[in-house]
Amino acid sequence: MTIQLSHYLLLSAVLFSIGVAGVLTRKNLIVIFMALELMMNAVNLSFVALARYMGDSAGQVIVFFVICVAAAEVAVGLAILIALWRHKGSMHTDALAVMKW
Amino acid sequence: METVLFILFALGSIISAILVITTPAPINSALYLVVTFFCLAGFYVLLAAPLLAALQIIVYAGAVLVLIIFVIMLLNLQKIEEKTAPAWKSLGIIITLLFLGMGFMIVAMSTSLLGPMMQTPAGFGKVATIGELLFTKYLYPFEVVSVLLLLAIIGAVALIRKQEPE
Repeated sequence: MTIQLSHYLLLSAVLFSIGVAGVLTRKNLIVIFMALELMMNAVNLSFVALARYMGDSAGQVIVFFVICVAAAEVAVGLAILIALWRHKGSMHTDALAVMKW
Repeated sequence: METVLFILFALGSIISAILVITTPAPINSALYLVVTFFCLAGFYVLLAAPLLAALQIIVYAGAVLVLIIFVIMLLNLQKIEEKTAPAWKSLGIIITLLFLGMGFMIVAMSTSLLGPMMQTPAGFGKVATIGELLFTKYLYPFEVVSVLLLLAIIGAVALIRKQEPE
């Protein structure tokens, strides 16, 4: 059995779904944050697999940009979490319910 | 050889990803996330993207994870009481399975994707090729990303800063 594009895409779908499950079922904000990173990495994997399939380096350039955006997202996201910790003293999703109603 | 490595990395990444979202303590989740990132770097090597594999390890497994673990340590985050209503939890799992089924269906239906991988052109995935693309065709997005990183630095500092009493 040789490894084909579809195997990589299926693996990417599985990893993305695990990330979705983490976001939907957990209540700890920092774990939700890690599940988001997982989803982003799953999409990166499908980009790289398709770039290899098409023989086009542009897909890898896009992944480079995605990694840059992820780094910025982590910095700002963790800053928001620390600010929330200061105000509420909690990492629970229920601490963020002020804007709910 | 490639098949064996693929199966090894696939099992490693899926198992550690499941552990990331199921372990109660956040620090364990972060450590399992490192394993997932290393497995993904392995896939990038298999897919002829050595530059991205290095970036994956340096930026994700290095910088991002150190930042997350730093915050967990700094705030001394223990596992928290996570009382989720069973209805909501099963709804989340159903939505996840829908996502999974949709992904499988899309891959299964696109028969044009089932051919073998192409022969890679000369210089594919080399650092020189990616660098040349970044500084010619994708110069504009490259500059925009640098502005975005600057904004992220300023935003993080502004959010963290203690409010001075008026």
